[in-house]
Amino acid sequence: MATTYPLQIVNLLAAILLLISFAMLSQRRVVGLVTLFAWQGAALASSTAIIAWSTGQHHLYYSAGLTLLLKVIAMPWFFYRLVRKLDINRDVEPMLNNTATMLIGIALVIFAFNLALPISQMAGTVTRSTLGVAMACVLLAFLMMITRTKALPQVIGFLAMENGLFFAATSATYGMPLVVELGVALDVLVGVFVLGIFFFQIRETFDSLDLKHMEKLREK
Amino acid sequence: MEFYWLLGIPLAGGVFLALWGNRGSAPEINAGFSFLTLLAAAALTARVIAQGPMELSDGWFFVDSFNVFLVALTAFVAFTTSLFSRPYMRIEKEHGRLNDARLRLYHASYQIFIAAMLLALTTNNMGILWVSMEGATLATVLLVSLYRTPAALEAAWKYFILCGVGIAQALFGTVLLYFAAEKVLGAGGGALLWTHLNAVKAQLEPTVLQLAFVFLLVGYGTKVGLAPLHSWLPDAHAEGPTPVSAVLSGLLLNVALYAVMRSKVLVDGALGTSMAGNLMMGFGLLSVVLAAFLIKRQTDVKRMFAYSSIEHMGLVTFAFGMGGPVASFAGLLHMTMHSLTKSAIFFAVGHATQKAGTQLMDGIRGLIKTNPTIGWGLMLGTIAILGVPPFGVFASEFLIITTAMHEHAWATPFLLIALGVAFASVFGKVQPMVFGETELPQLPHQPALAPVFLHLALVLMLGLFIPPYLAEWYRQAAHLLGG
Repeated sequence: MATTYPLQIVNLLAAILLLISFAMLSQRRVVGLVTLFAWQGAALASSTAIIAWSTGQHHLYYSAGLTLLLKVIAMPWFFYRLVRKLDINRDVEPMLNNTATMLIGIALVIFAFNLALPISQMAGTVTRSTLGVAMACVLLAFLMMITRTKALPQVIGFLAMENGLFFAATSATYGMPLVVELGVALDVLVGVFVLGIFFFQIRETFDSLDLKHMEKLREK
Repeated sequence: MEFYWLLGIPLAGGVFLALWGNRGSAPEINAGFSFLTLLAAAALTARVIAQGPMELSDGWFFVDSFNVFLVALTAFVAFTTSLFSRPYMRIEKEHGRLNDARLRLYHASYQIFIAAMLLALTTNNMGILWVSMEGATLATVLLVSLYRTPAALEAAWKYFILCGVGIAQALFGTVLLYFAAEKVLGAGGGALLWTHLNAVKAQLEPTVLQLAFVFLLVGYGTKVGLAPLHSWLPDAHAEGPTPVSAVLSGLLLNVALYAVMRSKVLVDGALGTSMAGNLMMGFGLLSVVLAAFLIKRQTDVKRMFAYSSIEHMGLVTFAFGMGGPVASFAGLLHMTMHSLTKSAIFFAVGHATQKAGTQLMDGIRGLIKTNPTIGWGLMLGTIAILGVPPFGVFASEFLIITTAMHEHAWATPFLLIALGVAFASVFGKVQPMVFGETELPQLPHQPALAPVFLHLALVLMLGLFIPPYLAEWYRQAAHLLGG
């Protein structure tokens, strides 16, 4: 079959995506996280491009280009700058230790594959087997958001979650309609921009980006 | 034509106010743009009433009686809130809590926020619906943190992250919906158009749609403020400026519920069971009960009314979950009543807190002595929201509870106890704020209380008499929701 080689590459990239998700879970330094996030974006963009090329879905080229531009170049650059300007590249201590996080992560991956099984059986795309990986990436990113207490790692977790969703859309349906994808990209861009402003506000008021200072609003 | 004005005016307003900055007349310009939006909404409404539902721009936009009613409500409350915010924001500036740069941000974001909500209501594309819901969130994040106090920043951060995670679930739901639709309608932009989906909903894969609805309900439900996903809502309402609390509570929650309802119509058609309705009833009932008991513990007046919003949105969700013509009618009516009453309450509360210099209810006393209009506004608003006849909230709550008695008798005691608890706690806390002794000074600017009484007069009128054309309109909308 003509699509075999590209398909294998896509599977390989899916595996890399999953590995990066685990690496992000255990990464303790903010700069390391940003680098991993950029690599995840790169893997996502190349897998999207390969799917576009092997299946002739031309609109996926645009999504791949957008991913490359936003998530591999613009956002990591912006985050590196933030880290330097705000001087926040210290160790991030997660709320759970690494071993426990990893074990929960493995359980989540098994759960994700089970959840994706009935859907991927229905999917008509050649890449349907990677849907489980996409779901796993979403859940792992979610876990990362829960276990981190600093602002920037939480945001990177959020964006990694969006990466997983994007990968799910590509592998289940060859991507969403272009106008929707453009809209989502615009939202993500504006969101990151708003966050940039927001970080400086937090920093100005609290002298730190540690969210532990922000636990005052609770039900008494 | 009026339709393009409807989206174009607030968008242009946002850009203009961002460039214009906070000159002396910015609040009036803000109100002016909101008024033009209201005119466009009124024209569009008149056309839909005359000509029935219509698709615009090759099916990219879609207007029927369900969403045009929300468009009219959104434009109206947006306009009255902009009237209220004129003196309110001037007083805040005089108190030194805001400066020109922040007011520029406020006015520009306010218009963009309205534009995003109107786009969410009128778009036919479920993907664009998601995009504009997220856009509405982003436009308000910096408004919640406008005061830059530690508490405001914390509230805005919570709002951003929780709604972001929630709305990511909704995106996955949309992906699943597209996945199911693509099999029937073929790939491309047409497969996410609601009217196309609605035409073929019986052929959509039920298992996929079931899963999609769970994600959509959890995702958009976070924005509706359904328990247990509500924790961002009281913080954002309490810490943001009061006009923002009024539009969040009165409008954004409705728009999020609108998104859930559009999804529910599709899922009901595909499944032919009441699974979606049962889920909504469960979430709705939990919100009503939980919020009613949390109201009792509040000390901050804006927080208390934020919990009351959770309670009422829960009630509407419960009514829509029951389905059927009467419950859907009651749900729509309650949505309207809640928007009008709750924004009126926030207007009065806003001026009351400015006067007292605190949001703590212990510090607000004797409003009726020094400023009778604020006092009466708050008292009447509270009586209205608690469902005392003859206000309209009574009519809609009565319809919801009697339908529940007929169809889901098990839920009635929960609803009645929750409403009773909410009544006792809210009334008990508002009463000393309005009556009682005080030494508080007057406000430097004349407060804008016309919107409060305008809203309350409408609520009173709808409680006594619903004009036949309006009732017909609600009936049509209820029918669209599968009634």
